[in-house]
Amino acid sequence: MTLLKKIWKNKSAYFFVLPHFSLFMIFFLIPVGWGMYLSLFDYSVFSQEFVGFENYKMLFQDKLFWKALGNTFLYTFGVVPLWLGKALLVTVLIYPFRKGIRTFFKSMFYLPHVSSTVIIAMIWLWVFNPNFGLLNYFMKSIGLDPVVWLGNAATAMPSLIIMQVIMGGGSTIVLLSAAMSSIPEYYFEAAELEGANSWQIFRKITLPLLKPTILYSLVMGTIANFQTFSNIYIMTQGGPEFSTLTVAYLVYETAFKNYYLGMASAMSMVMFVILVGLALIQFKWLSSNVEY
Amino acid sequence: MNKIRMKKNINKTISLIILSFLALLAFIPLYWMVVTAFKEPSLTLKFPPEIFPKNPTLQNFESLFQRKEIFRWTLNSVIVAGTVTLTQILFCAMAGYAIAKKKFPGSQIFFWIYISSMMIPKQVTLVPLYIMVANLGMINTYWGLILPSIAAPFGVFLMRQFMLSLPNEILDAARIDGAGEFKTFRKIVLPMSKPALAVLGIFTFVGEWNSFLWPLIVTQTSEMKTLQAGLALIQEEVPMEYAYLMAGATYAAIPMVIVFLSFQKYFLRGVTVGAVK
Repeated sequence: MTLLKKIWKNKSAYFFVLPHFSLFMIFFLIPVGWGMYLSLFDYSVFSQEFVGFENYKMLFQDKLFWKALGNTFLYTFGVVPLWLGKALLVTVLIYPFRKGIRTFFKSMFYLPHVSSTVIIAMIWLWVFNPNFGLLNYFMKSIGLDPVVWLGNAATAMPSLIIMQVIMGGGSTIVLLSAAMSSIPEYYFEAAELEGANSWQIFRKITLPLLKPTILYSLVMGTIANFQTFSNIYIMTQGGPEFSTLTVAYLVYETAFKNYYLGMASAMSMVMFVILVGLALIQFKWLSSNVEY
Repeated sequence: MNKIRMKKNINKTISLIILSFLALLAFIPLYWMVVTAFKEPSLTLKFPPEIFPKNPTLQNFESLFQRKEIFRWTLNSVIVAGTVTLTQILFCAMAGYAIAKKKFPGSQIFFWIYISSMMIPKQVTLVPLYIMVANLGMINTYWGLILPSIAAPFGVFLMRQFMLSLPNEILDAARIDGAGEFKTFRKIVLPMSKPALAVLGIFTFVGEWNSFLWPLIVTQTSEMKTLQAGLALIQEEVPMEYAYLMAGATYAAIPMVIVFLSFQKYFLRGVTVGAVK
């Protein structure tokens, strides 16, 4: 009875939460549950039959799915460390400069970030063009052979990774810079007076104090890159020879080209479980010995 | 003393070189997009390419704008991104305020549901959402484009983090003065949250303007496509006409560059609202 009374007393609070939460319920939470349920069905244009874990069984016997999973891991673990490393490097390098220069560089790195993935993918499709593209012009002018960047199973995925690292990192740099400027300056000064070199300062002061922000960026970056879809859709459609096929793209093809909706749901559930696992590992790895 | 100074200057010079190199790497492709857009189409097949165009032309933009759908796509993007942004600002501010500042049964549960759902990949809701929107008859409509985007959890999390920092004394004072819940929210909470609302608004608008996967799936006819989905359509139709394609890409990128330059301060400070702890 007291709980009901408490709820009644706070009715305005529920009213504040209600508009967003009801939409969130209908268009987010229910679909999540429904997706789990759908993954147990042979759900396509012709049938809607309950099959239990049959979709998962088929999935794990499907070579293409394993290939896509491998590619997704390759992409994520290729992009995330390089991109985070770049963001950290830029953050540390701009720190000693005055505000104007810092703002200039932060803006420069942020600029690609406000352009959509579709636009960036279209530009790089042109940059990667084997005959007339900018990159091969550069290769030729330093005396190297032109490369069919996206048309070759060996180079397609690395090309996409490098493109992502070159264009990415803007928001992480802003985030890390803010965290870094909240570190008291005398920490650095004291270390310098004690005769610590730049690398020691970075290892012993900067890195540990930035840890919570790095952890946040790492988890968010992993989640985002694990779902890579738009650049695959525009640039390679998963080819050549499935070398750039990611799970997110396979989900799209399975669901909206072939209409195996149950199977696509099962794939997305596997993605979900893997992401939760990765996040837990990252938390465990990084949140140990964070000291304040 | 002089030695230390010199060493510092050398370090700074090296830093500047590395920073400029990395910044240039990201900037060159954007420059290349703009330059190609102003080139005569036949010049894209010239080798070596012209790095600085000698005779810039508007020809590509003219042929782009002859395709009247472009304006319809732009209008659709404005309608969708605008509606989602305004609704998100209001709804997320309300929910974030209640979760941060009101101790009601379940407030912590709401918070944990929102924060943990941010880890769920889009693909999980994609298929069920499509079936649901189809059953509601909202495929290829503005409703279908807009409603699922308003439901995104990130804004509530952002507002909750910001609202935590509002001083309780002021809210209590308003209550003691006899202001009702809604009046307090409208007259005190909203005005005090302006910077956070601006950040949420800008981020939502840019995010919606650039979003691709959902519009790709939920729109069927050309006249309902957003600008991003429309661009992808052009890319599929004429994959080799680079000058034309880059004109389209430039056209779609310009509004966001303008938004970025005019709200730069919010972008560069804004990402941090709510992110750290």
